[in-house]
Amino acid sequence: MTTHHDTSWAAETEPAAPAPITPADVADAARLVSFGLQAKLLPARDAEYAELVRRHREDPPFARLADAIATGMGLVVLEVSPRAGMAVAAAEDSLFAVRMGDYSRRAATESTDRFLHGLAHLAVAAMAFPRPEDLADDGYLGRITVNGVDSFVRQACRRLEEQADADGANTDPASDAPGLEAAWRVWSRRTATGATKDARRLSGSTTGIVAKAVLFLVDSGFLQKVSDDSGGTYRTTARYQLQVRDLAGSAAMAELLDLGVVPVSDGTASLLPPDTADDLVADAGLPFHSL
Amino acid sequence: MTAIADQPTEPGLRPSAGASGPAGAVGVPAPRPAPGPAADEGLARRLKALACTAPLHDLDNRKVNLAGEYGGYAMAEVGLAAIDLVTLHMDFDTGADRDIVLARLLPRVAAQAPTRPAAEHERVARWVLESMINVGSVDRGFRAVYGTFGADGEYVRRDYDFKLIEEVPGPDGGVYLRTTDEAVNVLVGALDTDVTSAQIAAEVKLEVLIRRGRLADAQLAAEQARYRTVQYAETLRRALEATRRNVRAVDWMRTIPDLIDEALDHIADRYRHENAILTNIRKARDEAEPHTPEGAEHKRRAAELLDIVKDCIRRHTKLQTRLLEAGPLFRAEQDRQAFATPGARSGIDLYGQLLAPVLRLPVEQAVRPTGAFFARGAGLRTPVSVRVADLVDLLLTPPVEREHLGAELPDPDLVATPDDSRFSEAQLEAALLLLDLPADAPRRLSGLLAEARTQDPDLPYLVALLAVHAASPPVGTAYRQGEERLLFAVDDGTPLRDPEFGGADLIVGSALLDAAGMAAERKDAG
Repeated sequence: MTTHHDTSWAAETEPAAPAPITPADVADAARLVSFGLQAKLLPARDAEYAELVRRHREDPPFARLADAIATGMGLVVLEVSPRAGMAVAAAEDSLFAVRMGDYSRRAATESTDRFLHGLAHLAVAAMAFPRPEDLADDGYLGRITVNGVDSFVRQACRRLEEQADADGANTDPASDAPGLEAAWRVWSRRTATGATKDARRLSGSTTGIVAKAVLFLVDSGFLQKVSDDSGGTYRTTARYQLQVRDLAGSAAMAELLDLGVVPVSDGTASLLPPDTADDLVADAGLPFHSL
Repeated sequence: MTAIADQPTEPGLRPSAGASGPAGAVGVPAPRPAPGPAADEGLARRLKALACTAPLHDLDNRKVNLAGEYGGYAMAEVGLAAIDLVTLHMDFDTGADRDIVLARLLPRVAAQAPTRPAAEHERVARWVLESMINVGSVDRGFRAVYGTFGADGEYVRRDYDFKLIEEVPGPDGGVYLRTTDEAVNVLVGALDTDVTSAQIAAEVKLEVLIRRGRLADAQLAAEQARYRTVQYAETLRRALEATRRNVRAVDWMRTIPDLIDEALDHIADRYRHENAILTNIRKARDEAEPHTPEGAEHKRRAAELLDIVKDCIRRHTKLQTRLLEAGPLFRAEQDRQAFATPGARSGIDLYGQLLAPVLRLPVEQAVRPTGAFFARGAGLRTPVSVRVADLVDLLLTPPVEREHLGAELPDPDLVATPDDSRFSEAQLEAALLLLDLPADAPRRLSGLLAEARTQDPDLPYLVALLAVHAASPPVGTAYRQGEERLLFAVDDGTPLRDPEFGGADLIVGSALLDAAGMAAERKDAG
């Protein structure tokens, strides 16, 4: 390790002569990327990882090398920090990307199921970070429950239903165009839970779909289980916040804009006082814990 | 009639346009038969109401498809009874317990075909309940198709999705049943009215009926009043649940306080009414002549009515507790938010900018943003790669044979503990014999103590201990273990006069437990 320090020191004092990259540096940088791929591993738990993260922050040529390796492997580096480690995400069409068809076999063929699984992930994020500040605040830890996410979405759907009723609109979809059915109806008409022969969660029910999403996120190192209450209680990790803030949120937003839907935001929040907004208001009353 | 309910329990619930094609006796879109959009809407509403009854009729149509002789059962009746039972057992927080509903359903099924085996009765009850849930369809609901005319006079077939009994998660992780609004409408009919006014009407009717001694009608009215009470509680439950999740989404300035005030007033009002009714019914029950068959019937009906009204009072107490908890809950949630430090940067408003707009989109468009969110937000997976050498090793390794009986357990070293019990087995037996009271003849503790003292000077202590223990009897345990009777003790305020003991002169007695109901339930569980 000490030799690396010498080279970086030399690079700073004599900018004309770039430090030579040795195979050992490349190995270290690749090692850092491999730590980053182990999403559940944190620098606080592994001394070697912590040392490599420190070097990434203090040694710019090494940082560039590690980032280049990650990019070459089809990864996007979100952040390298002691709290999140080397937070990497899969680039589009990367070897590491998760495809919906691999995620759920049913979702591969049924477009409504594809929607429900995607929406479950979105709802988990929305409930974990109910206000824009929560997503921006690095110290924020979100807390969600499986049943809570389901009832949260159901409540939003009920609001839309009431609104449609008040407008006198007939939301029943035409039989020959099921794709034109309003998205909220798909969630609200799916059963919330169901008894099964082996006492497991019914995988096609909405709580089953949310639970699948949550377990997957736990495996991705994005959530940590706190207890079994309310179908399972989880809290978020720094990586999840990064992933949602820097990648997923904007990707979904871009698709939405592409569809011609422009969600208006004044930058602060959709937390409007209730009398001015009969419209849906962001979810502020959720249990959350700020560090 | 263009509405055709789907066959329940058929996995592919979505009928293609072609499949629902022959439905059209009205299918020709030529001249518009309805005089205006309002009439069309009314027709659609009635078609939907009709569709809600279809699953019930369908039960009797489909019973011929079951393997076995099921012609003797009136399935629609059982189905309606199931909806009835779920509605009555629905609690404020959770729904009805599936096993309890099945156990209560069994007597009716058994009465329809008394000669058939009990296992078949059980199968029928289960089949009906599952059909009402529509287990087997992915939504666990029903779909009916009906037609309307669009603004341009074009005939459009639409899908109407509804549920009769839905399964909801309980706080203990179990699955509970709730009836939907549609089911309550099917059940009681035309309940889609202002709950409060309907409630008042039912009360007035009930009072009049009781005064006139028309107990059969009064019972019907009381039962309807109870359904309304359940519906009222359901409305409030939803409002409170939304509040708990989301303080600012609910108007705590006006709407909710008004709602709570209204509900509390309503409860106070109902207490007055129900207590008045209770007094009236008790009078009717006690004045009835028990020796004539007419009088006995009168007495029985009055007793049933009494139970219903008592149940109403119980429900109101529960509702009131919830209402009183709502205020503190709101303040706690508000405090939590008010003291959170605001962040320096602002991020995306996931709910307002993403989730809410996505839910409004047609599903074929909504798939795109949710798909993008999933692709970027689910995390990464490292692909598995296998080396041939490992694979060969893995495949050639013989499977580890597991010991059938497992490892041998070491003999535990047992030390005999000295018998330091205060009372001997014989004393316990004597005390239990003393407390083995008939169900209809409870006794005072003082008498029991005196009798015990004549047998053994130590025995009163044991009797007193057992009696005090019985003051809070383990009903749940006894119920689970299938005991038929349970010792209980009640304090009615009389002080105990005894040379050795002080306190209350408890009334000690035996309570009989519903052994048959328990047995049925255990069988279901097993």
